[in-house]
Amino acid sequence: MAEYPQEIKYVDTHEWARLEEDGTVTVGISDHAQEELGDVVYVELPEIDAEVNAKEEAGVVESVKAASDIYAPVSGTVIAVNNVLEDAPETVNDSPYDDGWFFKLSPNDVSELDALLPADDYREQCESD
Amino acid sequence: MSDRPNAEVRQTALYSRHLALGARIVDFSGWDMPVHYGSQIDEHHQVRRHWGVFDVSHMTVVDIEGRSATDFLRMLLCNDVANLARSRAQYTAMLNPDGGIVDDLIVYRRDDGYRLIVNAGTRDKDLAWLQAYADEGAHGHVVDVSERPLAILAVQGPDSLAKMPELLSAMGLTPSTLRPFTMAEQGEVMMARTGYTGEQGLEIILPQDQALPLWDALVEAGCAPVGLGARDTLRLEAGMNLYGQDMDETITPAEANMSFVVNLKDEHREFIGRKVLETQTVDREMIGVIMTDKGVLRAHQVVQAGNRVVGEICSGAYSPSLEHSIGFARVSKEREGALKVQIRNREIPLKQVHLPFVRNGRQAYSEI
Repeated sequence: MAEYPQEIKYVDTHEWARLEEDGTVTVGISDHAQEELGDVVYVELPEIDAEVNAKEEAGVVESVKAASDIYAPVSGTVIAVNNVLEDAPETVNDSPYDDGWFFKLSPNDVSELDALLPADDYREQCESD
Repeated sequence: MSDRPNAEVRQTALYSRHLALGARIVDFSGWDMPVHYGSQIDEHHQVRRHWGVFDVSHMTVVDIEGRSATDFLRMLLCNDVANLARSRAQYTAMLNPDGGIVDDLIVYRRDDGYRLIVNAGTRDKDLAWLQAYADEGAHGHVVDVSERPLAILAVQGPDSLAKMPELLSAMGLTPSTLRPFTMAEQGEVMMARTGYTGEQGLEIILPQDQALPLWDALVEAGCAPVGLGARDTLRLEAGMNLYGQDMDETITPAEANMSFVVNLKDEHREFIGRKVLETQTVDREMIGVIMTDKGVLRAHQVVQAGNRVVGEICSGAYSPSLEHSIGFARVSKEREGALKVQIRNREIPLKQVHLPFVRNGRQAYSEI
């Protein structure tokens, strides 16, 4: 069964966002999403310093099953991308909430996180699909 | 996952075992089938490097018997069963009068009659097609067309032939040393040196109540359960077509890289579709392509030569063995300039290659 950590926020398009102690926001895809996709074979990440807007495309994840856009959960500037995924895209399957993160943002407005789904609401959405 | 809310979804004799093994189940032509048991890519490698077992009981087994069975199939199939010795298998196709492919199939020559293995997704139309021609009694044909509710296990991979005899003899079966594309029957069990992976192996067609003991014995012996996801990437690497994706009723064999199944040698044999095949102008072909840039080829992506659209991708996938994407493209024969594919508003270079992509565990293609 998929895991839904309580301490992070989710988007109905299956990304997660975690507010770090230094005020940055880390983004990835949920355990449920990686289960649905199957083995991930490529990840396309945004450029560092790119400006991204909430709910707009910021990358692509390709699995054996399908290609899916990755949407930015909040608006901000990309300050880091997870280069591990270049050579080891399967990290997204193995560790979706930790080693398999996609990118980090410096958010324009940290309160945008409040609009995202808490774990229980997101789990409910996934389980009713 | 199902697009068939009102249709009855069927399950094979191994369904509960798939669930117990943690399979992800998807609706596959009206059947609840395992797509993988954890990782499709790991299962793919198991078959290329060791051995694996697939439940392909969703496929349809049809026996053709009666004194006109040979004449009947010489009319219905574009390859010629007159060339098929006892215990041998042949890859072939049923065509419509326009030369389009109704289905691709394997036919086995038995002691008395023939056994066809046709696709699950085309079961209803295939049975209706066969039955209609049988009922018509054209040319005085007397044939019996009967679907058999049997299970099918495919055991494939470089280790499979070394390890299978002991397992089968433990079940009271004595598999002779089968050559490729031959089969042997013992009671109700048929063992055939056929497959859909590009590796050596067997397909075992057997009564449903014998399927679970054989499956469990295989898994106990270290044979990996493999889902239909890996089956798709294995067959594509092996350069083998998938009905519905690479060919259908609007596509003739020459347009699907399948001319080798059309046998025109006996000029008196009037098989369905022959007249069109003999006179058609073939202006498109299906070719093997690889893409070494990031991304995955998938069905219906647009293919260009130079700046002109010349066709589209049929089957496409990430190749676990080659670690880049591979596919078939149906393209105009008249084309100039470098091949490219459009993926998300980008043009990515393709290279045309000789098929297959992979055979017996190794890269087999060469660039054209």
